[in-house]
Amino acid sequence: MSDILLRGNDITRRWGGLVAVDRVSIALARGQVHAVIGTNGAGKSTLINILSGEIPPSSGRVELLGQDVTAWPQPKRARAGLGRSYQRTTIYPQFTVLENCRLSAQSRVQQPWAWWRDAQREEQSGSAARDAAARAGLSQVLDRPAGLLSHGQKRQLEIAMCLATAPQVLLLDEPLAGMGAEETDRMLALLAELRAGHAILLVEHDMDAVFRIADRITVMVNGAVIASGGPDAVRNDPEVQAAYLGSHE
Amino acid sequence: MDDTRSRLAFVVLAFGALALWPLAAGSYGLDLVTKIMVYAIFALSLELLVGTTGLVCFGQAAFFGIGAYAAVLMSPADAPASALWLLPLAALAAGLYALAVGALSLRTQGVYFIMVTLAFAQMAYYVVHDTPLGGGTDGIYLMMKPTLLGLDLDAPFVIYGVTLGTLAGVFVLLALIKRSPFGRALAGIKANEQRMRATGFSTYPYKLAAFTLSGALAGVAGFLFAVKDGFVNPELMSWHFSGAVLIMIILGGLGHLRGALVGAFAFALLQEFFKSEAIFGAFAKHWHLGLGLTIIASVALLPRGLVGLPAQWKQRLTGRRSAPAVALVEAGHE
Amino acid sequence: MRGRVGKPCPMDLATFLIQCLNALQYGLLLFLVASGLTLIFGIMGVINLAHGSFYMIGAYMAYALAPIVGSTFGGGFFATLFVGLVLSVILGYVLEWVFFSYLYEREHLQQVLMTYGLILVFEELRSLIVGDDVHGVQPPPWLSGTLALGEVMTYPVYRLFISAVCIALALGMYAVLTRTRLGMMIRAGSANREMVQSLGIDISFLYRVVFAAGVAIAVMAGMLAAPVSSVYPGMGNSVLIVCFVVVVIGGIGSIRGALLAAMLIGIVDTFGKVFVPQAAGVGVYLLMALILLWRPQGLFKAA
Repeated sequence: MSDILLRGNDITRRWGGLVAVDRVSIALARGQVHAVIGTNGAGKSTLINILSGEIPPSSGRVELLGQDVTAWPQPKRARAGLGRSYQRTTIYPQFTVLENCRLSAQSRVQQPWAWWRDAQREEQSGSAARDAAARAGLSQVLDRPAGLLSHGQKRQLEIAMCLATAPQVLLLDEPLAGMGAEETDRMLALLAELRAGHAILLVEHDMDAVFRIADRITVMVNGAVIASGGPDAVRNDPEVQAAYLGSHE
Repeated sequence: MDDTRSRLAFVVLAFGALALWPLAAGSYGLDLVTKIMVYAIFALSLELLVGTTGLVCFGQAAFFGIGAYAAVLMSPADAPASALWLLPLAALAAGLYALAVGALSLRTQGVYFIMVTLAFAQMAYYVVHDTPLGGGTDGIYLMMKPTLLGLDLDAPFVIYGVTLGTLAGVFVLLALIKRSPFGRALAGIKANEQRMRATGFSTYPYKLAAFTLSGALAGVAGFLFAVKDGFVNPELMSWHFSGAVLIMIILGGLGHLRGALVGAFAFALLQEFFKSEAIFGAFAKHWHLGLGLTIIASVALLPRGLVGLPAQWKQRLTGRRSAPAVALVEAGHE
Repeated sequence: MRGRVGKPCPMDLATFLIQCLNALQYGLLLFLVASGLTLIFGIMGVINLAHGSFYMIGAYMAYALAPIVGSTFGGGFFATLFVGLVLSVILGYVLEWVFFSYLYEREHLQQVLMTYGLILVFEELRSLIVGDDVHGVQPPPWLSGTLALGEVMTYPVYRLFISAVCIALALGMYAVLTRTRLGMMIRAGSANREMVQSLGIDISFLYRVVFAAGVAIAVMAGMLAAPVSSVYPGMGNSVLIVCFVVVVIGGIGSIRGALLAAMLIGIVDTFGKVFVPQAAGVGVYLLMALILLWRPQGLFKAA
């Protein structure tokens, strides 16, 4: 068993009387793609927001690389190696693709006091940006304003911006949203490539893709985990079939 | 890039014209342009906040006023002070208030931020207006103007030159800051703060630093204003002045340093125009009406301000429909 | 009563009561004006700097309309109020139609600046129509008396009248918003504009009604306040900024929050002026600073 990079212990989140996440535990190990699936309203987005640090849990712990980060705000977790992509494309549309990645890479070498330096000539952030863009397949469009990219390219940029920060853990929120077959294949190939060096959490609705790429699957219904294990085990789990897979395309 | 060169050319020409202006201008013209240059420094300070970082501050006049009052209150009564220490002190005073206001205001966002900055500026206004500290509504006179390296800042040519030099210095400083890692981070915060945080930037310290620097620069403008006029009163901190400087940068063109320059000139000239009895006769005392209508029209019709006009015209003339692309690129650069 | 260091306490019971009543009246008036502001922002998403101008317009209306109403209809105070109400609804309706409806989709900065331009326009129009002088307005004779408090002190009946009217209007607003179909549509429209439109409800008309109501409330407040605050050019701006503090403390869109915040400010301002006269204007802002330290999102979330 490879090392656990991100662990969520007994995470619960209440909004008033509603329990959005109900005592969910999850472990992300290096070299694994761990998918979280569930119907709408199952609590997947809330869970990912708690793990990334955007929402505090009502109770429970989050551990990143062995440290208790439950009280850490998102930027601090990001600097410690936690990368996140969003379901709704969260890029800088006015900047070029390269600048999108470079600014993300700059988070590792912020140097805010160096007011005389030209940021776009900085070696470190520049080369990290090019590498990340290349891995995501965007080397041809480095100079294009990000707002003018196709939808699929924008989703790739989401990932590239994550990679530019050299994270160890990747929290990916529906990276395949709105993608056609060819783009999906490309993205899955990228994820397979990334698998070796990272611990990846994948929230997705595309069941085919999930079963192709995931090493472990956690199924959530109404905020609670109803099954968690390898793809075959989950596929054959009667509870999962009843609650979810049977009625889902 | 052709774009960058034309911008550089514009800036060089503008400063060249300003440098040559004293040769052609009478004393009124000299005084007017000195005042406009002070406004331009003030506008540049706000451009860092609004145009670069996306923080709409409606209380910038407080920092301007503090710089001005500091110049007067910290000047010794018996001998002229040296601007070499008086100016940084005034900037420091303004910067400290900005630090305090920013620390509290930046805990809010959006409309709240606008309202809170306005309220804190009003607080400063009340302090000088109602307490003996600031000499009340009558204001205070600066009896002994400071000197700079032996030069008497009372002389119109000297104060013009010093203001021009300061304007150029602030312009270059902000241009450097905008392209620096810090400046790019501010631009990122404006473009998508969520993504900045997700990437690992703690955005609050960045915003606070920008707010404080912006306040200090506004204090520099206030200092120069006090030295030029030799008189300060609470109206320097009024929210009308905060509104005026916001209009300057919108009118000129948000997101561009030269927009602050152009906007300051345009606004001051508009004011002179509407106040002119030669043109409007007795109606001139109602100049706020013309100004108000112009503000409404320019915000509605000139979304990219005056510096955006050439691009707007070019699109019309060439009929090119690449408007979104141009808008995207325009917004992202410089 | 003795205070610190053997000095006599600055207040006896009657004075304390008077200041409480003053705080109540000021707070209620402030609430009225602020509720229009917060309603318009909460429902239409427009920040309107010219809201204070409506208050000023109301006060000048009270001054300018009274003789006209008196000579034309022979009416008195209430007739003037009624005419002012009708005029303000028309003003609000037309303004929304001609100007504000274009602001809904714009960024806050643009709204701020355009409504700032509007303030300047209103001020000059007032200057042209009525002039820049400061005026006093007399309350109606039957409200001009005083009420006895204890043996020595008295309190103006008119101020109690203001408080009563404000409370009545506040209750009326509450009733409309929570008990009527119109109120339900308004609240739904603020939460989900498209949904309300697809239900066949004319959202533009709804917004126009809300805006006109907001204007009318502010104008009414100005008309009511005229006898106690006198009528002067800068009154709109002063009330606007304090309204902003009310909204920041109380939370945007929350009527409950606006009420609580306005009462708090009424107390702080009134008693602040008594105990620390030099720092009077500043007290309200210090309160705001404290709240920001403690609860930056305001005291209540949006209704």
